[in-house]
Amino acid sequence: MAKANFQVPELKEYAEIPEIEPGIMAHSKPFKSKPEFQEALGFPGELVEDWQKKAIDKMGDLLGRYRSLRVYLDSCVKCGACTDKCHYYLGTHDPKNMPVGRQDLLRKVYRRHFTLAGRFFPNLVGATDLTEEVLGDWYNYFHQCSQCRRCSVFCPYGIDTAEISMAAREIMDHIGVGQKYCNEIIGKVYKIGNNLGLPGPALIDTLEGLEEDVFDETGVEVKYPIDQEGAEILLVTPSADFFAEPHVDGLIGYGKVFHEAGVSWTMSTYASEAANFGMFIGSYDNMRRVALRIREAAIKLGVKRIVFGECGHAWRVAYSFLNTLAGPWDFLDQRYPIPQHICEFTHDLIQQGKLKFDKSRNDDKVLTYHDSCNVARASRMGDKPGGQFDIPRAIIREVCNHYYDMDEETIRDRTFCCGGGGGLLTDDLMEVRVKGAQPRIEALNHVIQEKGVTHMAAICAICKSQFTKVLPYYGMDMDQIVSVHQLVSNALILTGQESDEPDDEPADKREDKLASEPASQSTSAAA
Amino acid sequence: MSFISDIYAYLFYFATLVLLGGLTLKILQYARTPAPLKIPTTPAPTTSVGVALRMTREVVLFESLFRGNKWTWIFSWMFHFGLLLVTLRHLRYFIDPVPVPIQMIQPFGIYGGMAMIVGLAGLWARRFFVDRVRYISSRSDHLILALLVAIGLTGLIMRFVVHTDIIRVKEFFAGLYRFEVVILPADPVLLLHLLLVALLMIIFPYSKLLHAPGLFFSPSRNQVDNPRERRHIAPWAKRLEQE
Repeated sequence: MAKANFQVPELKEYAEIPEIEPGIMAHSKPFKSKPEFQEALGFPGELVEDWQKKAIDKMGDLLGRYRSLRVYLDSCVKCGACTDKCHYYLGTHDPKNMPVGRQDLLRKVYRRHFTLAGRFFPNLVGATDLTEEVLGDWYNYFHQCSQCRRCSVFCPYGIDTAEISMAAREIMDHIGVGQKYCNEIIGKVYKIGNNLGLPGPALIDTLEGLEEDVFDETGVEVKYPIDQEGAEILLVTPSADFFAEPHVDGLIGYGKVFHEAGVSWTMSTYASEAANFGMFIGSYDNMRRVALRIREAAIKLGVKRIVFGECGHAWRVAYSFLNTLAGPWDFLDQRYPIPQHICEFTHDLIQQGKLKFDKSRNDDKVLTYHDSCNVARASRMGDKPGGQFDIPRAIIREVCNHYYDMDEETIRDRTFCCGGGGGLLTDDLMEVRVKGAQPRIEALNHVIQEKGVTHMAAICAICKSQFTKVLPYYGMDMDQIVSVHQLVSNALILTGQESDEPDDEPADKREDKLASEPASQSTSAAA
Repeated sequence: MSFISDIYAYLFYFATLVLLGGLTLKILQYARTPAPLKIPTTPAPTTSVGVALRMTREVVLFESLFRGNKWTWIFSWMFHFGLLLVTLRHLRYFIDPVPVPIQMIQPFGIYGGMAMIVGLAGLWARRFFVDRVRYISSRSDHLILALLVAIGLTGLIMRFVVHTDIIRVKEFFAGLYRFEVVILPADPVLLLHLLLVALLMIIFPYSKLLHAPGLFFSPSRNQVDNPRERRHIAPWAKRLEQE
């Protein structure tokens, strides 16, 4: 781990609201997108000549397209209820990271150009022209927002900074000022099919390896199919699931669940990505283009159902937007939710009693659960409001013996972001990622101290990647973050499975355990 | 004093026109702007009845603000509820005969006026004492608070210190309905009170006071959470599909 060239925040016993330190994060910005990445997405390669005018025109265009933007820019009364809600403010102390502070960067230009008060009395209402300095602030601070929507929970008018920051990024892309990380990734999806740029043969190779591993560990031939025409289910999952830890353990888990359910399923090399970074840059066009790949894959493979793997914003785009962007889905089996989350799928099977678990296989862990922001505040699971909180917890409780929630103020719809969402999961933003994670880590630390929690489960690829990298800054281990379906995979007893050992243990350890421990009779007999 | 009465008559015609016309334009603008994506802040109701209940809780109880900040909630709820009582109480100056509920509310309207001042004072104090709120306050935030406090104080002064001839005030406003200018009592406190109220009406459609209609159009609050069940597509987004 490279040494941090910034102060890692101290973890306190009780959450504190810091005093403001204006400008302390003014230096933090991501790398700019190069012309080649910009142009692949239909944006100008570099800052256009009359950028002020073009930016104002684009703002006017967006004001006419998005009711959210217009209403939210008008309605703020500066009551201050949001000021202590953003994890980036709490971690960095920079007042431009307060939701209202961040929004005002855009609002003051909106006022100047689109309201009477701002046109005639700019000083009175805090309106300004779009100067180079303001554009600089936009670029820096709208890339210190993970679009987690925590502020929108507490705002009396439901003003959602995510909508404002998406609009700001869209305007900047249209004048040629894009963020490298997001735009390069979207380009990879268009070119290769996924965020990580993993080509088809690499995916196939990985999946064959997984099949061998699972067979070696369980003696059961669990299949991890890809591009299989005529399968019933298309699984769309974040590409991190194909190779990174702990993501891949989740993918192993999905396969085992499908195997036990006895359904045919497949992934697709064409739509080998659940994530849709088009949302992070606020671009409806790009979000739609990415989403349409899933439609094309579903039609080509002739599937009847679509299931999404563990990914937070991918699930937001899938649950809330897929029908809008790439529907209608009238060619799919209407008896199932379209699309369905893997947690909904697993939970249904559990309720039907089709899955057998040996909870004790997760006894080496004391668990807590991190509600990922896009799942918590921007989506649902099941048919009741709040299912997105209850279903993952119900699964975890079903597969392990030791579970504790973090402080009520920091979970469910009040959950703290991991600090890496919204296109911030890039090394050039390490400082803001580490500082932004502080409120979540503080709550985690609390249950570690009080309840002896050892691991935190999550259902978001960005959360998993972010915590893997950030936990060590706070003196914790990177493997303390686990996938929910990794826990499912550990505890699930496959039909015909000979051994009931945890499948993620190294082989040498397994032999020791076999010798010293009697097999859990009742459960393996049932299987 | 018919010169001043004339000015006030025109002022109130103008203020009413700006308030109603401006608000209508704004509401039409909000209503006509599409909301291309479903973005309710979840957990959100899955039925429109549920949404109506959610909006009612927001409008009446300030539910989200309650979760957000208890001090701001106490003061702003005192102010808004006080303002509601005061407004209802004032209806007797504009309606004849006065309906029974409005007659019964009269004494409470006075307490409402006091609660309004206390609430506003609390909200204003936060702008000086909480560094985060001080940072986000602009001059217009202070001026609107000053305007509302001045309206409340001049109102209470007329109730408790220098009474005005309320029968003639009522006749003045009744006259405006018939486009006749009846002489307004020339009490300085009354004239100041009315001037400030007219000013409030005029700035309403062009200021942050738009939060009142804005709340009803907020997609994160007013949308039903049913995107999987129903396709939600804006006209401009639909055009993309035909390309």
